[in-house]
Parts: sequence; C-alpha cells; structure tokens
Amino acid sequence: MKLVTAVVKPEQADNVKKALNKIGIQGLTMSDVKGYGRQKGHTEFYRGSEYEVAFLPKTKLEIATSSKKLKAVLEAIQKAAKTGNIGDGKIFVTSLTEVIRIRTGEKGEKAL
Amino acid sequence: MKIFNRLLILAVVLFQTTTVFAADAPKPVLNPGDTAWMLTSTALVLLMTIPGLALFYGGLVGKKNLVSTLSQSFMITAVVTITWYVCGYSLAFMDGAKGGFIGSTSRVLLKGIGIGDLNTTIPETVFFCYQLTFAIITVALICGSIVERISFKALFFFITIWSIVVYAPVAHMVWGNGYLNTLGVLDYAGGTVVHINSGIAALVLCLVLGKRKAKVKPHNVGYTMIGASLLWVGWFGFNAGSAVAANGNAGMAMLVTQLATAVAAATWMIIEWLTGENKPSLVGMCSGAVAGLVAITPASGFVGPSGAFFIGLAAGIVCYLTSAKLKNAIGYDDALDVFGVHCCGGILGAILTGVFAVKAIGGTAGALEGNVAQIKLQLIGVVLTLVYSGVMTYVVIKVVGLFTSIRATDAEEREGLDLAHHGETIA
Repeated sequence: MKLVTAVVKPEQADNVKKALNKIGIQGLTMSDVKGYGRQKGHTEFYRGSEYEVAFLPKTKLEIATSSKKLKAVLEAIQKAAKTGNIGDGKIFVTSLTEVIRIRTGEKGEKAL
Repeated sequence: MKIFNRLLILAVVLFQTTTVFAADAPKPVLNPGDTAWMLTSTALVLLMTIPGLALFYGGLVGKKNLVSTLSQSFMITAVVTITWYVCGYSLAFMDGAKGGFIGSTSRVLLKGIGIGDLNTTIPETVFFCYQLTFAIITVALICGSIVERISFKALFFFITIWSIVVYAPVAHMVWGNGYLNTLGVLDYAGGTVVHINSGIAALVLCLVLGKRKAKVKPHNVGYTMIGASLLWVGWFGFNAGSAVAANGNAGMAMLVTQLATAVAAATWMIIEWLTGENKPSLVGMCSGAVAGLVAITPASGFVGPSGAFFIGLAAGIVCYLTSAKLKNAIGYDDALDVFGVHCCGGILGAILTGVFAVKAIGGTAGALEGNVAQIKLQLIGVVLTLVYSGVMTYVVIKVVGLFTSIRATDAEEREGLDLAHHGETIA
C-alpha cells in the first residue's frame, strides 16, 4: 500500500477529486496549506508599502491506495492538476505499513 | 403640566439674554421631523465607530492584533460616553465666555436635563447623544497610528484625559460659542474638531511611542471593506445630521458627501492603477473613500456639487501622496495612516471649504465668490487645532507615562496584543 501526498493549486483541487473518483478512489483527506517551491512567493502593495508574501496557499490531498492502483492514481492526479504554469505543485509517494477502518476493525487493503 | 414645562422653557430662554438666544428670539419649538432624523443620525454615527472603524482598522492589522484593535474602539465607546456624561458635554456645548476657550460647568453630570429641554428644534437629550458619537469616533480614530504596540492600560488613561482636556475645548471653540466659531471659521461636521484633532494627536502619539518591531500586511481586507462601507453609510448621519434638522441643507450635505467620497475613491484607485503598483487594490479604494469623506466633512454644509467634486479629487490625490509616499519618505510609523488621511485630509477640506463655500447654501461665501478672507479664517482654525491638540496630546501621554509604561513589552508585541493584553485570540 502507498500513501500519495499531492500538493496542488487550490483551484485544481476539485478537478483532482473528480478524476480520482472516476478511477474508484473511495476517500481522501484535503487540507489548506501554505508553502513555496521554485515559484517562490509574491509581493503585495498596501498604500505604497511593499510586503513579501513568502508562502502561497496550496491544497494538500492525501490518498491511501493499493500498490496496484498507484500508477492510475498518479496519472489521474498529474492530468487533473496540471495547468502547465509555474506553481502546479508536487506529488510525494510513501510506503504505507498499515490501514485500519475504525468502525469495523478491518485491516490492510480491505480497509482502503 | 405641559403648559408649565413650556412656560419654564420660555423663562429659561428669556433669562439667557446674554448668550445664544436674544431676548426677542422666538421660543424654540420641538420639530418631530428634525427629531426623528437626529435620532437616526445618532445611530448612524455610533455605527461608524462600532463596528465600522473597529473593522476598518481591524482588517488592516496583523492577525494576532485583531482582538486588540477591536477592543480599542469598543473600550473608547464606553469610556468616552462616561467622560462625556461627567463633564465633556457641558465643557463643550454649554455657553462659556463668548469667544472663549471652554464652555461652562452648568451641565456637569447632566445636572437638570429633562425631557422638555430643547436644543434648537430637537430634545437636548438627542443633541447630547448625537454629539457624544462625534467625541467617540474622534478618540477612536487616534488608535490607528498606535495599533500593535500601545499598552491598553496606558490607552485607557490617555483617552479618559484626552477626551476632556483636548476634545471638549476644541469642540467648544469651533461649535460652541468659543473663539473659532465667533471668529467665523467654518467647520460643518468636524474637519477640525474630529479629523485634524485626531490626526495630529495620532502623529504625536506614534512619534512618542516609536515604530513597531515588524510591519505586517493587512490580515483581512474583507473586514476593512466592511468597515469602510459602514463608515461611508454612517457618514450620512455625520454630515447630513450636522444640519441638526431634516431640511434642504441636510439633503445637500448628503449629496456632496456621496459625490466627494465616490470621486476620491475612484481617484485613489486610478492613481494606484497607473503608477508603481499597477493594480487597483481594495485597500486603496477604501482609503480613498475615507479620504473623501474626511475632506468633505468641514465643507458639507457650505459647498455645492461642483465644489464637492473638486474636494473629492484633491482628497484622493493629496491623501494618497501623504499616506503612500510622505510617510515612507520621512519614516514615522503611523500604522494605519491616521495623519495621512485624517489630518491631511482634514486640513485640505478646511482650506477648500474657504475656497468653494457658496453663500446661497451655507450663508457664507468662499474665495470663488470673492470672499478670499475666508481662507485666512480657515487657516487660523487649522493652525490653532494643530498646535493645541499636538501640544496637549504630548503633555497628556507624558503624564500617563509617569504612572505606567505606554508601550507593550517586546515580548508582548511579538506574541501579539490579543493574547498579551486580552487573553483572547481569533484562531
């Protein structure tokens, strides 16, 4: 099993969710986060004063999936999140050692 | 009983032969239309401070100082109501020596005020409340320069004293039977009393207090827009209410207020759009609107639409320069531009009132109608208010500083005044 963590543009998050639904992903966790990559931050002006905004708003999506489905998940996210502009985000994949469904106590892939 | 009351009023009026009412003046009669409008105006002007100004300022500060900034306006609303009741109102609006500096103590603790007492055509109770809302917002405006670092305790003592020793005399000189009023200085709704007065006090305070450790960008531009909108709407009570009547003057004051504000908001927006920043910011539009409101305030009962248009245009340009350029060039930390918008906008408005005043509207001609001397009178009002308020603000804060530290500690400032002074945070 794998945990896929995708940090994407907030305006692309809905697209990603729809694409994942299509390939049968049952659930995901979404959070509003702030960060920066090579894009860096931006500058805002208020009454002639300049403020550096180092961290930009992003959406973090966490998806637990079976190793079998991983490839499809990664393709779906890339396709749905890509605008081609700087700041499209990143995907991180980590190994997942256990999953437990709290209600039933099911474990492993059955719990996904 | 009613007849008895009326006779009593008549008797009082007849006894006051030396002051406002001449012995042969007609007996004042309550006008229900005027009274209804002034009750409404009072509510509108209170709304300008809570929550209007509180949100306008609150959105412009950092997230960790929102509670602190909102608290300042709310505390001031409560405390200034008390000082106004105790002696502020009496010292500002009861007749003192004609052409003098301060009113009398005849209404200290509102001694003797009853439901039958009138001020022109409205109950004195309503007049008291209406004028109170002006005292409140003047004091609350000052806070914009000292947010994110003033000690709440020091502010509490400062405004208690300031509302009595600075606001009351200035209001008396301009609106009571004091010096500037007797001289013929025009200030319809508070360009000098409210805006120059609070603006110069704000500058002095931020110089005494020193700069913030770090400047933080506005944390919620939405709050700022809601606040600016409440100020704009409430300002109809401020300016049109200053007619103290529901009549043609109130209508014209409303019209010129709307026009000048709109022109100033658009002007500020276009300047930002065309110059360095290249984008029309919401904070800029809101700032322009407030600049226009400030500048039209002294003029609102005296000028017509064309005067209002030029006052709005000038306010948008001048206040943009004083807030966005002058402040950064000189380097004082007037955090939310109280000096740049209110003091400079107030001075501009006071002078332009002398230029654009129309005799057929407010009874006094301005320079454009040949009365160039009016500009000189306006300047006297400006300079006297700047000097008196500036010096007294310095004295009052230094006196307060003898008893308590006027600035938050470095640790409190880093942590944010919300948690440090109020034990509350928004997140």
